[in-house]
Amino acid sequence: MYRVRLFAVRHSRAFEWLYARLESTMVALDPLFARIGYGRIERPIAAIERATKGLLFDCKMCGQCVLSSTGMSCPMNCPKQLRNGPCGGVRPGGYCEVKPQMRCVWVLAWDGAARMKDGSKVRDVQPPVDRRLEGSSSWLRVSREKAAGLREAREASRTTIAKAFPDARAHEPAAAPLATEPAAAIKPGRDQ
Amino acid sequence: MNEDQQLKPEPWLPSYDDPPPGHVSGSRLERVLRSGQFAVTAELNPPDSADPADVFEAARPLAEVADAINATDASGANCHMSSIGICSLLTRAGHGTIYQISCRDRNRIAIQGDVLGAAAMGVRNVLCLTGDGVGVGDQPGAKPVFDLDSLSLLRTIRTMRDEGTFLSGRRITRPPRMFLGAAENPCVPPLDWRPERLAKKVEAGADFIQTNYIFDVPVFERFMARVRDLGLERRVFILAGVGPLASARAARWMRSNVPGIHIPDAVIERIEKSAKPAEEGKRLCIELMQQIREIPGVAGVHVMAYRREHEVSEIVAESGVLKGRVPERRRTPVTKEPVGENAVEPAGIPGK
Ligand code: SF4
Repeated sequence: MYRVRLFAVRHSRAFEWLYARLESTMVALDPLFARIGYGRIERPIAAIERATKGLLFDCKMCGQCVLSSTGMSCPMNCPKQLRNGPCGGVRPGGYCEVKPQMRCVWVLAWDGAARMKDGSKVRDVQPPVDRRLEGSSSWLRVSREKAAGLREAREASRTTIAKAFPDARAHEPAAAPLATEPAAAIKPGRDQ
Repeated sequence: MNEDQQLKPEPWLPSYDDPPPGHVSGSRLERVLRSGQFAVTAELNPPDSADPADVFEAARPLAEVADAINATDASGANCHMSSIGICSLLTRAGHGTIYQISCRDRNRIAIQGDVLGAAAMGVRNVLCLTGDGVGVGDQPGAKPVFDLDSLSLLRTIRTMRDEGTFLSGRRITRPPRMFLGAAENPCVPPLDWRPERLAKKVEAGADFIQTNYIFDVPVFERFMARVRDLGLERRVFILAGVGPLASARAARWMRSNVPGIHIPDAVIERIEKSAKPAEEGKRLCIELMQQIREIPGVAGVHVMAYRREHEVSEIVAESGVLKGRVPERRRTPVTKEPVGENAVEPAGIPGK
């Protein structure tokens, strides 16, 4: 919901704190998740994530969440899906070029980031979205990634993207993931 | 052309030399900028035609004053001849060109392939753009792609150039030698964040910046002050966008219909009050160029004179920004080798 989304950005600092807690919890749970099997919990966790983040941030489940680097303003709500800041068409008053009744997602993002403790992450250059991961759980991806450390991916393309976008890899590991993806995390029909 | 000629192989053989030391591409624009001279680039109005003569005709009024000519990529989401086609033609005729890539129409596979293609054709400058939404163009029913954004595009081409790999990690045997450009719009919101955004573009790989139209010098000066605070003017060449306004009506139309254009009321009034609005628009443009040239950190101007291309050389000459320098260009036609702008040595710059 647009209203709730604006609220979340206004309170970006609180959500940043909440998110940091959530993340460390998820990372701590990695051994448990690994024992149950990431593939098994993928669907249910993704459903919970979709419901929560959908309500709070109008989350589009790109699977590569960068909210903590974008002032808690989801970049996938930008009609151009820009992951790196506003386009040149922002209207007077900070409204969107494409949807004039909506505040520009990136104007909100920079404002939100300014209120955050770690807001400078908005300066990291984010890689393009891996469209295969759409619909999968970003939370699980983060715990997998943090736990997997900096192990190089088997796929050359993932290694190249992680190397080409090092800041994003360090701060938002889901944006440039390296760990092996369970089959359940990949969009049906997109895994060839 | 008779049949005989058509069957002959292409009479030119492109070479693919390494850039001179300290350069990433060796393009004329890069050499002019790195030698500390004030550069001029100009935007070409792409033809709705398949005839190469129309491209050369459109380039003619720009070539004598511009170090490089921008070929827009369906700007405003309106369909015209492609930027890569125009750049290929102009490069073969010895002009410096800037190949514009918008993320709106093509995905990462198409774009990376085109970058190699353009480099092979001799193109040495590329401008990475997000692109206007499809809704403002002549075919609003098209599918907007936006697979990459301008920054991930910059980083992608930089990776191709400097690491010699595609984003897939596959090796490129001869990497594309490209001088990487990006756009910035200093006069539209969020004003406070625009310099930070510029910093991010530099971080992503930009070597030069071309800004959108500057009609509001005080706002631009504030932007540049912040840019200097961040030390960015030492890491990237900034070319400020300028252009003549034809009339007050045209200015108002642009302001409300073209995304990202800020024109202060005072500017429009000045043109409205004048007896000869077009003359006044030209004068204004010249004055803006002279003011902008004095702002520390500005490395050049980018002239966008849509449908007024014939005025460009006069505007540049009268503004005096070139200080008597004549951007070199080849006057000979298309068929001689060596090919590409690398073949041309600008006056006063030692050869590689
Ligand atoms: S104005 Fe903002 S939200 Fe709208 S397309 Fe541009 S960057 Fe995206």
